[in-house]
Amino acid sequence: MSDEAPAVPPADAEDREGGARPRPIRGIWRQPLAIVGIALITTWVVLAVLAGFLAPYDPLSQELPRFLEPSAAHPFGTDGLGRDVLSRVLYGARISLPMAVLLVTASGTIGSVLGAVAGYFGGWIDEVVMRLVDLFFAFPTIILAMAIAAALGPDLQNAVLAIVVVSWPTYARVVRGLVLTHRDSDYVRATRLLGASSRRTLVRDVMPNVVGPVLVLATLELGNAVLLLAGLSFLGLGARPPSPEWGAIVSEGSRTFDRWWIGTFPGLAILSVVMAFNFLGDTLRDALDPRTARAIRGRE
Amino acid sequence: MGLRAFLRFTAGRLVAFVVLAVGVTLISFVVTNLVPGDPVAAALPDLALDDPEIVAAYREKYGLDQPLPVQYLVYLGNVVRGDLGTSIIGGQPVATLLGQYVPATLELAILAVILSAIAGVAFGTLAAFFRDRLPDQVLRVFSLVGVSMPVFWLALVAFYFLSFRLGIFPGIGRLTPGTPMPPRVTGMVTVDSLLAGDVATFQDGLGHLLLPALVLAAYTVSLLTRFTRSAVLEVLNEDFVRTARAKGLSGVAIVARHVLRAALAPIITVAGVLFGSILSGTVLVETIFSWPGIGQYAFRSATNLDLPSIMGVSLFVAVVYITINFIVDVLYSVIDPRVRLR
Repeated sequence: MSDEAPAVPPADAEDREGGARPRPIRGIWRQPLAIVGIALITTWVVLAVLAGFLAPYDPLSQELPRFLEPSAAHPFGTDGLGRDVLSRVLYGARISLPMAVLLVTASGTIGSVLGAVAGYFGGWIDEVVMRLVDLFFAFPTIILAMAIAAALGPDLQNAVLAIVVVSWPTYARVVRGLVLTHRDSDYVRATRLLGASSRRTLVRDVMPNVVGPVLVLATLELGNAVLLLAGLSFLGLGARPPSPEWGAIVSEGSRTFDRWWIGTFPGLAILSVVMAFNFLGDTLRDALDPRTARAIRGRE
Repeated sequence: MGLRAFLRFTAGRLVAFVVLAVGVTLISFVVTNLVPGDPVAAALPDLALDDPEIVAAYREKYGLDQPLPVQYLVYLGNVVRGDLGTSIIGGQPVATLLGQYVPATLELAILAVILSAIAGVAFGTLAAFFRDRLPDQVLRVFSLVGVSMPVFWLALVAFYFLSFRLGIFPGIGRLTPGTPMPPRVTGMVTVDSLLAGDVATFQDGLGHLLLPALVLAAYTVSLLTRFTRSAVLEVLNEDFVRTARAKGLSGVAIVARHVLRAALAPIITVAGVLFGSILSGTVLVETIFSWPGIGQYAFRSATNLDLPSIMGVSLFVAVVYITINFIVDVLYSVIDPRVRLR
């Protein structure tokens, strides 16, 4: 809620909710934060796709001298096993980015479907789903993800599974709220009276109103997914060595912390990706109406 | 009317709290039973597995020969009695280890909460006051960067540069090596040293606390800044603010005297989230500072796959988290009695 608004709102249109007035989504090109976010994401996607060409060394080969400080030949230095840190960070994008998309798609789909069904049908289905959501919200996310990942056994797939299990409730809660709002609106009542089936009203009338906010939430959650995955790998519960996953490299770097370059650069990579998603998601959220925007406040 | 409504509301929240607490144990039971293969093999050290008597005794103690629902009841009974299982690594009871590690984390978390509360409310109010102007935009970018920060990396970088290289902050641990711990009363170095009247140890302990607490607060300050901003903006639109403005009060006086007071109530509701995220943060941060709290314990347990310990820590954190949310709910109903009617 900042930056130059495209037009000055008329004084009498002061928003009683206290939030910013909804900004048209096409105005996104005038929002510096969104542009920075899109530019960073595009850069990282290109780097990930072209990692094979751009990386000066094999991310796994251990043939270089160990613990070289950053220099022209090795801009990010080398690690304790004689691997080029820059190459590892570049290849790391091939893990974090697709995994984040996979995570958000999976948990977003599961959560949205459950939330939509709960909100639309109400009754005991609603009770069961929402009590389950409450239970998951009783745990701070990384703590529960850590427990599940540890129980399943430490590897990347299990970490992804664990994060899906802990992150679907966010979507379920938001989608249920939105569906509840629209279910009782006049236009949905009207189509129901005209004889439309519940499936048809849900898919044709309610869903289009839910998709926008869910996409905004998903953008913000992409950042969270990268953070959670890196966090689990840092704990040794995600990607296993020698994988060049960013969190795992920071973990290696923390063991030889006086060689600052090993941990610093992959951490900057995590920061820049998560920041990009948050910049974009936050701007998109401002384009929603204030009440919907407030429902999408992330947790922890 | 007041007291009765308050009691009815509190009783309702208490029931919800107990249901949630039981549900939390159910989830942790289900997660424990996810372990592929034999839970006995996962829970007992290899040496004990060779002894069939120990294995049989273990099976009986945790009701592993019973059907799952009965196993859950046995588990629940054990948890209620404070038996959280035995750590695979040291063979000590998880509850004992938790008791040993909790004070160090509590000390750290409390300081981090205080730091983030002061800074977050100040920054948020500032942002709302300068809505859409430069300070607001700068704070927005700062808070977005803050919530994007991988906290374990921030800990590493902050420690390397501020402590190791520049020496602004003392090194790892709770006290400078060689400094004796103050006599244990609460287990918190700063509190115990003050109780013992030992100012030098207090200063040393506080110095060691500061950097990890600041690192932990980075995320929550950002969170609270944004939350305070919207809470203050909401109050700024209220009629009583308009009245105050009509009386000719200056902007600063209005914010200080009227707005902040009204905005503090909704801000209190995020205390649970704040504490929860700081406790999660300790899992990723304490190891880097060699801080002997539950975070380091959880980290060590995670890297060694010490499942009973991991479950003990997550159960503990979840219970602390829902307890704080319960207290916040009740407090909030005292501050703003309208919520009791919902």
